[in-house]
Amino acid sequence: MLRRILSVLAAVAIGAPALAQTTLLNVSYDPTRELYQDFNAVFAKYWKAKTGETVAIRQSHGGSGKQARSVIDGLEADVVTLALGYDVDALADRKLIPDTWQKRLPHGSAPYTSTIVFLVRKGNPRGIRDWDDTVKPGVSVITANPKTSGGARWAYLAAWGYAQRKYGGDAAAKDFVQKLFRNVPVLDSGARGSTVTFAERGVGDVLLTWENEAFLSIKEFGAGRIEIVVPSTSILAEPPVSVVDKVVDRRGTRKLAEAYLQYLYTPEGQEIAARNFYRPIDPKVAAKHASKFTKVKLFTLAQIVGDWRKAQKAHFDDGGVFDAIYQPGK
Amino acid sequence: MSVEAARGLSLRTRHSVLPGFNLALGFTLLYLSLVVLIPLSAAFFKTATLSWDAFVAAVTAPRVIASFRLSFGAALVAAAVNAFFGLMIAWVLVRYSFPGKKLIDALVDLPFALPTAVAGIALTAIYSAKGWLGQLLEPNGIKVAFTPLGVVVALVFVGLPFVVRTVQPVLEDFERELEEAASSLGATRLQTFHRVILPTILPALVTGFALAFARAVGEYGSVIFIAGNMPMISEIAPLLIMTKLEQYDYAGATAIAVVMLVASFLLLLAINLLQWWAQRRSGGKS
Repeated sequence: MLRRILSVLAAVAIGAPALAQTTLLNVSYDPTRELYQDFNAVFAKYWKAKTGETVAIRQSHGGSGKQARSVIDGLEADVVTLALGYDVDALADRKLIPDTWQKRLPHGSAPYTSTIVFLVRKGNPRGIRDWDDTVKPGVSVITANPKTSGGARWAYLAAWGYAQRKYGGDAAAKDFVQKLFRNVPVLDSGARGSTVTFAERGVGDVLLTWENEAFLSIKEFGAGRIEIVVPSTSILAEPPVSVVDKVVDRRGTRKLAEAYLQYLYTPEGQEIAARNFYRPIDPKVAAKHASKFTKVKLFTLAQIVGDWRKAQKAHFDDGGVFDAIYQPGK
Repeated sequence: MSVEAARGLSLRTRHSVLPGFNLALGFTLLYLSLVVLIPLSAAFFKTATLSWDAFVAAVTAPRVIASFRLSFGAALVAAAVNAFFGLMIAWVLVRYSFPGKKLIDALVDLPFALPTAVAGIALTAIYSAKGWLGQLLEPNGIKVAFTPLGVVVALVFVGLPFVVRTVQPVLEDFERELEEAASSLGATRLQTFHRVILPTILPALVTGFALAFARAVGEYGSVIFIAGNMPMISEIAPLLIMTKLEQYDYAGATAIAVVMLVASFLLLLAINLLQWWAQRRSGGKS
């Protein structure tokens, strides 16, 4: 009883509107800011029409790993929409969501996909066409630190996958990413930081980045200064989404949170994703936007290293392949 | 700091006439515990979840050692640069009057107020290859942004007010008659500075140095933008802590933090002892 009085008092203290409408917090990573701004407005309208309920959706953005850590430390996220599966796995490790989270929604819980492409200076003065050009001596490559940035991990694995498939085997791939990272003069901690270093500071000949981030940069910095180069093959990046069970069960928002994520899979949701330069998984919407995305042969994470836990352990954990690149005497 | 401690000690043993010592000390300890000791002890407890071997392995990895070297080395260099130029600025502000003096005086505090991230972004923009200063320096082979030199530049920026603001009041209180007496007794200008002025301001200068150093060791916001963050070269220890956290390695992160804490504490303690010694040598005047 006392607790109920307290909670009512708390609600009154926070403000009456909190009682009148439901809120939903979507904790996401950096480049999805524009995507979810669009999506939230459309979903709120849909939800109002369907149930009569007004829903206020708040979004939080930051580095994917940092965002997952905030949720672990108690940030009340109803849903997470992160850059890579490893960060959602971390929530499962802390029992916030079941281990089977990835099977709960279609397409491995990834409602849209993206890939890693290159941004180069206008006119492509260094003639960068494919991954092989990024390891040439004297070429300066900008990417974020894979240990702290989700996008940089996809970029690293894209380079790994390219070399593994072209030159055969992990040893060749290791050699390739070592050469690549020797060409990197600055390691920012997040993908946005790298974009600024490349586009604003004018450092580097080529930036490895998310496809959607590349399109956004062109919009932001103008096609007169930079242009996109799509390599011959790249990785199929699948940013996953999940309801946070611990939070929605406590707040009583499960139905809403599940509907929110499912709406991402509808033609409307897919359309918004495509407009924000994410590759839709719905074949019809994909066909409609086919001209926007360059056709590129994509390999999956499963084809090159298995799953995220394996990738993290072998490549990005302390003592992994990435650390070895910077060990002296190697 | 040690001055106050020493004075407090002598007051207690002499049964001071000032009332309220127990109450005041109680509040001091409670406040320090809440604000400083309890949060810090959390770091130690988290680290204690590591075995000793795991702890040693975590903090002696080559990358971690390199980051310690950079963090402490750059902080020392920056504090030394600030001690020299901070003294000069304090001197100019105290000894001369000129138009715009108040303005310059206010400028000194700006690094205190500015969000460090803003400082970092501004410094990076200026010193990178296309920036105002960078385009002049880089053709001459001096790279600042994205090198350890950039780290020092950022730390100099955030540490400057500490030296100026600790030395300034001491210089203001300095009796000019002492200088006049020294010169009338035949001391050269250099001797006057070296034998009369410097011993008086040295304790304050050392305090300013220590504060600037302590601030620089823990600085994250401004450095992160200009450092380039290359492992083994320009990666500061606080960034490694962040990196460990990104990998959900809380214990590893706090292990680095504990080493930084202990090292900083020992260095500050040594500096305080040095200051105490300097004060005694110069005749115990405060």
